[in-house]
Amino acid sequence: MDRRSFIKTSSVVSTGLIIGIGANQQIAIGAEAIDTNAWLRIAPDNTVTINNARSEMGQDTYTTMAMLIVEELEYPLNKVKIEIAPANAVYINSLLGGQITGGSTSVREAWDKLRLVGATAKAQLIAAAAAKWNVPVTSVTANQGMLSSGKNRATYGEMATAASTIKVTGTPTLKSPQEYRYIGKAFPRLDTPTKVNGTAIYGIDVRQPDMLVASLAQSPVIGGKVKSVDSSATKALKGIDAVVEIPDGVAVLAKDFYLAQKGRDALKIEWQNGDTKATDSMAAIEQGLRAAHQKNGAIVGKLGNFANPLQAGEKTITAEYMMPYQAHATLEPVNCAAYVHNGECHVWGPIQFQQGAQGVAAAAAGVAPEKVFIHTTFLGGGYGRKLELDFISQAVAISKASGKAIRLLWTREDDMTHDFYRPISLHTVSASVDAKGKITGLSSKMTSQSVTARAFPPFVVDGNDPFMNEGSVNLTYDIPNLRIENVIHETGVRVGYWRAVSNNLNTFALESFIDEVAAQTSQDPVKMRMDLLSKHPRAQKVLATAAKKAGWGENRSNGHTLGVAQTEAYGAYIAVIAEISIGKDAKATPKVHKLTAVVDPGVAVRPDQIKAQLESGMLLGLSSAMKTQITFKDGAVEQKNFDSYPMMRMSEAPLMDITIIEGGGKPSGMGEVGVPSVAPAVVNAIASATGKRIRSLPIIKV
Amino acid sequence: MKLNINGKVLDIDAQGDTPLLWALRDHLDVKEVKFGCGAGLCGACTVHIDGQPARSCQVPISAVTNNKITTINGLPATLSKKIKDAWIAEEVPQCGYCQHGQMMSAAALLTKNKNPSDNDITNAMDGNICRCGTYSRIRRAIHRAAKA
Repeated sequence: MDRRSFIKTSSVVSTGLIIGIGANQQIAIGAEAIDTNAWLRIAPDNTVTINNARSEMGQDTYTTMAMLIVEELEYPLNKVKIEIAPANAVYINSLLGGQITGGSTSVREAWDKLRLVGATAKAQLIAAAAAKWNVPVTSVTANQGMLSSGKNRATYGEMATAASTIKVTGTPTLKSPQEYRYIGKAFPRLDTPTKVNGTAIYGIDVRQPDMLVASLAQSPVIGGKVKSVDSSATKALKGIDAVVEIPDGVAVLAKDFYLAQKGRDALKIEWQNGDTKATDSMAAIEQGLRAAHQKNGAIVGKLGNFANPLQAGEKTITAEYMMPYQAHATLEPVNCAAYVHNGECHVWGPIQFQQGAQGVAAAAAGVAPEKVFIHTTFLGGGYGRKLELDFISQAVAISKASGKAIRLLWTREDDMTHDFYRPISLHTVSASVDAKGKITGLSSKMTSQSVTARAFPPFVVDGNDPFMNEGSVNLTYDIPNLRIENVIHETGVRVGYWRAVSNNLNTFALESFIDEVAAQTSQDPVKMRMDLLSKHPRAQKVLATAAKKAGWGENRSNGHTLGVAQTEAYGAYIAVIAEISIGKDAKATPKVHKLTAVVDPGVAVRPDQIKAQLESGMLLGLSSAMKTQITFKDGAVEQKNFDSYPMMRMSEAPLMDITIIEGGGKPSGMGEVGVPSVAPAVVNAIASATGKRIRSLPIIKV
Repeated sequence: MKLNINGKVLDIDAQGDTPLLWALRDHLDVKEVKFGCGAGLCGACTVHIDGQPARSCQVPISAVTNNKITTINGLPATLSKKIKDAWIAEEVPQCGYCQHGQMMSAAALLTKNKNPSDNDITNAMDGNICRCGTYSRIRRAIHRAAKA
């Protein structure tokens, strides 16, 4: 079964608990129909409850989604009760085709939809009040949960039952920006108090009566199967409740995780790993990648003379870049709780893809999808890892095999060695440059693995995985002849979507390359980019502002150098300038002192949270540029914990100066745009300091 | 066996070599203490043992039966409030998973150093990883709590 079939079979949520607004209220928006019942309900006591259908993993959907509704509903945000939505087709993210939190789509997709939900409910309340008071609709105002007309006053709750029978015709008018109470304004996140007092429930915190904790032994080689298992030593230990075998390995159940782990350590398992020749060493992986790079790929972007984009007789520059595997390494290790019982299956956990979860749980439990109930918790980091469904299948299989309510918890080592890694990539970029230093043609070829071919195969057509084109086909530079080519090559490593996906790969190659062209043609890297951005005035403004803020071109007495990169991603324009220093000796490692970023998100829906996302994204980008990488030996991942996968700590985190420029239109995505430009900005700064170009990451090989 | 958690003496039926982390989370329902690495590398499981910050994943319960174990909810009320308020004012948490450990490291610092410098903060906090990259806000929140 593929995941898309799960989407179609998802169940319909019970409407039994919903009181008040809109029994059958439908709002037409584009081709979609939105059921307001799925999003909010108003109780007679004037409590407004909003369902949040986008997983909260740090990016603030918990507050922002509710805010978009109450902005139009005219209800105080700090009085709203937020519940986490179940798996249901009504919550499908129209930009992704499933109930998925990812791709920096949450605000972009909800922007019109959720504001219309709020506006429709408000129109119903006003119509109900007008009818009851026998006054014109235009005389009724709705303000912060209260309706009024002349001396008549009522709470929303008092009008909710009457409002639920009223059908609003036409599309309500949305507020103008001058009328916004919340959008673009400063107000606190609603989840922060629970996150500082320890009451926020993450997947790892789920408890149900008589629930046992499970530790799962998996083959060191991802995908390996159990050939034989001797669990006698485990069963002889005190406190072991059960040992069960599932398709991915052997699970040991106990009352605490320490006992479960102890039991797991005592298992004697022989694994059947199949042929691991392709992933026996990084040399083998790279050899395969290089062989594939010689083949023709899919031409995914073309302009002008794309067959031969480099102009004859001009200076030609070519460079090769390589990006390593990366792990998501969410601080909350992979975990999931499940209970298969009485023909039903309940799943609790940190989930980014609810319908996928419902589908794989149904398959593992042997029940129909509508008998699967998904309870999404807070996520202790996501970055794409919790889009995957492996841990959900495992938890359900363990519950079914044992007959118990269980919570599966992976160790850090399990998590590091059984991820869906950001793919390795090899890039060749070439350009022709005329006598004036203008790039007349550019060709970019990337060979990498396709996450989509594994996760959503129908989206890969004729060797073109659209997610591999992010950061290349949307190149903002005005270059008349262009050829963007991708070769899909599977190395045997399991790969997944990792925050900003292929933007990270393509932006590193292209923005490093543009700097190389600038250096070889004696041009200023900012000035050259400004000229090439003539068709993107918003990008020009962002870059010029970043240059000014970072002091580009100014004399520096401290020996620091600057490097720049800019890109468009998820509808946002961003420029990043890195300020670094590096010692003189050959083994000197660079220190990044400051990152200056300017972003144009269109509309700044939550300005402080935009800054938070950029701070977060830029440090992830820097962490992956500087020191972290995943490597393979004998088919298994070599890094096990944070000693060998050294994520950035406070002492390594640079100052960050972030500026938002609103270019207008609709809001862009913000969760990922901070990541891609950091690595090229840093290597460009290093090249400026040393004259030496780093073309393969990470910069410091641990 | 008995453990003193946030001023309450609680009975626990677990093996003596059980790490304090799992005693807290799986036996005593003290879930604000989080599991990150199990190797003392990330600081997510930081608690105070007799006022000193410790990685609860590295301490067997048999070693702390006569000690006072504290989480954010068992700190002196003024200190706990200062830190929580500062964390809220600076909007520190994103995913929030590491933040209890961060706040406990900050609490230990602020207990012995009423006005920490940036360097003092970095030294005290460098054992706590935040994958969401909230370090600059953590720094601001510690300065804010110190002034409160």
